[in-house]
Amino acid sequence: MNGVLKRLLIIAALALPAGFAFAQEDEIAPLHSGTDINDIESLQRGARNFMNYCSGCHSLTYVRYHRLAQDLKIPESDLANLMFTSTKMGDGIVSAMPADAAAEWFGKTPPDLSLIARERGVDYLYSYLKGYYVDDTRPWGVNNLYLPSVAMPHALAGLQGLQKPVYKNEPDASGSARMVLVGVETLSPGALSAQEYDVFVRDIANFLDYCGEPIKAKRQSLGIFVTLFMLVGFVFAYLLKKEYWKDVH
Amino acid sequence: MAAAHESAGSSKGLIGWIDQRFPLTALWRSQVSEYYAPKNFNFWYYFGSLALLVLVNQVVTGIFLAMNYKPSSVEAFASIEYIMRDVSWGWLIRYMHSTGASAFFIVIYLHMFRALLYGSHRKPRELLWIFGCLLFLVLMAEGFMGYVLPWGNMSFWGAQVITSLFGSIPVIGGGLVDWIRGDYVVADATLNRFFALHVAALPLALIFLVIAHLMALHEVGSNNPDGIDIHKHNDPQGRPLDGVPFHPYYTVKDLVGAMGFLVLFCGVIFFAPTFGGLFLESPNFEPANVLQTPPHIAPVWYFTPFYAMLRAVPSFAGTQVWGVLVMGASILVLFFVPWLDRSPVASIRYRGPIYKIMLTIFVISFTTLGLCGLKAPAGIFPTVAKVCTILYFAFFLLMPWYTRLDRAKPVPERVTGP
Repeated sequence: MNGVLKRLLIIAALALPAGFAFAQEDEIAPLHSGTDINDIESLQRGARNFMNYCSGCHSLTYVRYHRLAQDLKIPESDLANLMFTSTKMGDGIVSAMPADAAAEWFGKTPPDLSLIARERGVDYLYSYLKGYYVDDTRPWGVNNLYLPSVAMPHALAGLQGLQKPVYKNEPDASGSARMVLVGVETLSPGALSAQEYDVFVRDIANFLDYCGEPIKAKRQSLGIFVTLFMLVGFVFAYLLKKEYWKDVH
Repeated sequence: MAAAHESAGSSKGLIGWIDQRFPLTALWRSQVSEYYAPKNFNFWYYFGSLALLVLVNQVVTGIFLAMNYKPSSVEAFASIEYIMRDVSWGWLIRYMHSTGASAFFIVIYLHMFRALLYGSHRKPRELLWIFGCLLFLVLMAEGFMGYVLPWGNMSFWGAQVITSLFGSIPVIGGGLVDWIRGDYVVADATLNRFFALHVAALPLALIFLVIAHLMALHEVGSNNPDGIDIHKHNDPQGRPLDGVPFHPYYTVKDLVGAMGFLVLFCGVIFFAPTFGGLFLESPNFEPANVLQTPPHIAPVWYFTPFYAMLRAVPSFAGTQVWGVLVMGASILVLFFVPWLDRSPVASIRYRGPIYKIMLTIFVISFTTLGLCGLKAPAGIFPTVAKVCTILYFAFFLLMPWYTRLDRAKPVPERVTGP
């Protein structure tokens, strides 16, 4: 179609590191997460869940402990328990895992998650954490409905349990049979019930949404006043204009 | 000059002191309080002053961003997050600037459409129109370079694609691309020079062109929705009967437009700063990654009509240069509109049905091209883009014929309603 694009696609294909996931052909639409950035308790739980299950591998470089404590009303002493002795309250949340070794272990360094919600959206994160299923062809024995050929093991398997894929027989354009992955179903239960697990991952998604833009809740509440102020200004400007223009016919 | 000195003599105090040394009062009178503008400006006439408002917004917020931004490929991305999280009100300044960029193009596109509606490009306003086209061109360069500065993955790959366009030029292409980038790929050197151009060279060019645009406007006077000359009918003092002084009439009216604009502008800044991934694209929240392209590279929405035209042209004789030429021509052709338009009348109010139909087709094809440019070139989109590219050029290139063929209505002597 276009040489520039073609060239870029070739570069992309050559440059893709092992373990990077291709977006699959017919992407499965993410679930609705129903997060609420104003729900401070959900954010606190999300922070706890993240610290317990994610921060071993993933950093939140741009999120400072101090800011987190302030915004989510978490006592600094509580956070201090999670920090290494050399880390200060004003530092970013950096994982202890060495990046080079991690790349060797997982085929890819676990990405920094400061901005993952802005890049992929909360619905995707929520769906992704619910989308793991058993797949013996993968190095970790699991694959993901929303990120095919995922490089990350199912870190929350103990909580969620295991899921198996559901396929549907869908003939392709030429009429030959083709198995299409359409969903997942429970294989063995985990420590949490399905409902509890939903809340657990929704809180993580909500927390990552906060991390992506810590000012988000304040921005929206402030925005109401600013926009109303401008609206009032508009009315006064309109009345002023009407007064000045009443003698122009 | 004599008038200036007279008025200077009559005013005392600080203003009088200044007037004896600088034509302050004289300028204020000739350009503002005694500049007569037609009294029947309508909705479409807000966008000139709004463009000025957005320019001021961009300059002021840009200064504060530059205080905290680091133009280095290592630090740029983190410095944007520093602005978003650690700088007091940095997030607001950044959103004002990023939303302002999109607002600038919305306002400018509507401003240009106004000219096509009412014939504002026609004699004696050809040079005014040309300054406007140059402004549009500089604004595009400004927008492109500004988009690269956050050094996100879309910034990087967008810059890679756009700079590589120059590589399709025969013979000198390869060298030209290296010269523009300052490296063999888009890299630190590219970011540094784009920063210099974005914060110094191009804003200066914009401001000088805006001054020239306004001087040309005030030399020939404003057009109006009837497309007629208001200076044909003056009162005994030589003031146009259908004109009102710019101040206070249009200063208060433009204030209404500005406040209405600010309601919408603040709505976007505070409630939808990314505007669903159109104003700030999601792949740009990932740092530039030389090894990994975004799933689909698309420029920001305001460039997509031109990007769609670039992609619509197939390669021919072993080179891609034709698409680049077509894209260049799509902007270059704007400069010739004053001479392509051969209608006896200026305003759409008195033009015949052919121009109305052509203008409608033009608007539809331009917006459709914009949509095609956002989508991956698959399915129906390449064909649609090809058709719309032809329609886009047909509007301009057939203009000398259809504007002459069209049946014009009689034009009134005096202005009618807004």
